[in-house]
Amino acid sequence: MNGENPLLSYLRREILPTAFCAGCGCGTVLNLFSRAVDELQINPKDLVCVTGIGCSSWIPSPYFKCDTLHTTHGRALAFATGVKIMKPHLKVVVIAGDGDIAAIGGNHLVHSARRNIGLSVFLVNNGIYAMTGGQVAPTTPREVKTVTSPYGNPEAPMDTVGLVCAAGASYVARWTTYHVMQLKSAMKKALQKNGFSFVEIVSQCPVSYGKSVGMRSASEFLKMYKEKSVRREKFSRGLQSAEDLTDKIVVGEFVDTDRPEFASQLREVTTQNGI
Amino acid sequence: MNRNPAQTNEALRDKHRLRAEYLATFEGKRKFILGDVACAYGALFAGCNFFGAYPITPASEIGETLAEELPKVGGFFVQFEDEIASLSAVIGATWAGATAMTATSGPGFSLMQETIGYAIMTETPCVIVNVQRSGPSTGQATKGAQSDIMQARWGTHGDHEIIALSPSSAQECFNLTVDCFNLAEEYRTPVILLADGEIGHLRESIIFPRLSDIRIVPRRKTKQIRVSSELVPPMAEFGEGTFIHVTGSTHKPDGMREAESQSVHDALVRRLYAKIDSNREKITRVEKEVPEDAEVAILSYGASARPSRGAFLRAKEENLPVGFIRLITVWPFPRKDVSELSRKVKKIIVPEMNLGQLAREVERFTDCEVIPVSKIGGVSHTIDEIYKVVRSALR
Repeated sequence: MNGENPLLSYLRREILPTAFCAGCGCGTVLNLFSRAVDELQINPKDLVCVTGIGCSSWIPSPYFKCDTLHTTHGRALAFATGVKIMKPHLKVVVIAGDGDIAAIGGNHLVHSARRNIGLSVFLVNNGIYAMTGGQVAPTTPREVKTVTSPYGNPEAPMDTVGLVCAAGASYVARWTTYHVMQLKSAMKKALQKNGFSFVEIVSQCPVSYGKSVGMRSASEFLKMYKEKSVRREKFSRGLQSAEDLTDKIVVGEFVDTDRPEFASQLREVTTQNGI
Repeated sequence: MNRNPAQTNEALRDKHRLRAEYLATFEGKRKFILGDVACAYGALFAGCNFFGAYPITPASEIGETLAEELPKVGGFFVQFEDEIASLSAVIGATWAGATAMTATSGPGFSLMQETIGYAIMTETPCVIVNVQRSGPSTGQATKGAQSDIMQARWGTHGDHEIIALSPSSAQECFNLTVDCFNLAEEYRTPVILLADGEIGHLRESIIFPRLSDIRIVPRRKTKQIRVSSELVPPMAEFGEGTFIHVTGSTHKPDGMREAESQSVHDALVRRLYAKIDSNREKITRVEKEVPEDAEVAILSYGASARPSRGAFLRAKEENLPVGFIRLITVWPFPRKDVSELSRKVKKIIVPEMNLGQLAREVERFTDCEVIPVSKIGGVSHTIDEIYKVVRSALR
């Protein structure tokens, strides 16, 4: 060892450094994902990362050294479903942004969770379309001014965790890039889960989102995440109301259950019919 | 899950044996089936083991047949939430080793356009069936048309070539589906079976061939990251430790994105174009009967080729100087055959179920007069209608 980070062996190091802006949360996610893979001793040969379009899609694609499928905008989950059905022994991971799989790809998010296809999905939510220059996203809080909501966002933000819970996911959690240990442990759980697992990662974009809210450094964001985060358990007995949650980030595990996984169900139903 | 490679291989051999045993029960048999159903069996015989579905008239019977039959040959049928997901999953499955297909009609074909471009850019072999129906928009959902000819050619954005075959009978739905899979593998590209509602919903006798009589082009596989620019490179597969990077962005021969470079983009897109364009003569197929003294020729394809042939046969019986040419390959366009024809005859009549989409392409490669015979509204031409045009063209 010459003091080099051992996790570098998981990356396509010939193309480093990454293209991420200074202070971007994507670096934290790449770091924690690599640690989760390392601690679970997942052989990268058995790992496929599928991504769409946007900054967070670049986290594994191309930086993580495994088979990587960088697809069209919003459709990563559908592509990943095809991979998982053909080779169910592979760990198929989707890392994508909020504009990607909550907005344009929202339909696939609902149905992948409902189908309970065995994918580990890490939704990196920075609350904005960052790569295209800071347009309002379905996850942008009300009243935030962006280049396409110059008078303040008139829409309510989307609760992607609530959505996938309702749709039937097997594992659902939400953490921020401030909660690195909890996030890593949630990522590990998601990677080990048989069915559809989903971790929303609230992550900072000091550049495109930062200019909208006047916060230009990662540390300001992390401090804000620390202050605004509320453990899910505090709301566990029906105390949850829209007002309680305004301006709060509810973190924790929301679902951890076992339901029949789709790729195996697909095989099961034909076997049951004697085929 | 089975993680032992030796056992997996054994399971694979079992699968192949079961597939062959099941398909053998069809060999040499005559069946009276829909064009759509024939297309589904063509896919099975070609080795299709993944089908991404979304219901749409008049293509649904393809999926319905494969839902029933694919599990019997160890394949997978999945009905998705929309056509975009169907084709996306087809591409994902293909990178995981599948031989995959999806089928749709006009509205679904429109939705798939971006993803077709992705398959072209990533050189993913797959088959997309478009059983054309009358549009624009919902149009006449149950009626056939040939109005997606140009969408098949130019529907996805960016410079590209495309391969599309057009069946004229139920038997050809079977045969050309097999050919689509082979062309997809040979050129590592998505291939379109451009059928139409008339042919998809036509019930006709077909004869199932022997499995051993069918030529199957296997995937040319590699476990290496590519560094050279072969015209048609071999393909890596996920899960084999190649650590391949697949992207729809402009990329170098090794797959790595390099979207800012003019020369990388130029080399990539020109190669993707050239692999089809430079093999045009090899890919294109026509059926023709053009007597030496022919003055007029009827050029058609798909459903409209049937009444066209009828008009030709009537003219032939009456010893009129008329020829007939049917395009089996619509894209790439059989320029050479059409140019040669135009040097022989004075007029080319082009019956098609649209407002003259292919007639314009014919004009580009001919010196003689081109007479479009357009019919829309979901009803095919009658022999009479075309015959009358032949008579007046001869005057």
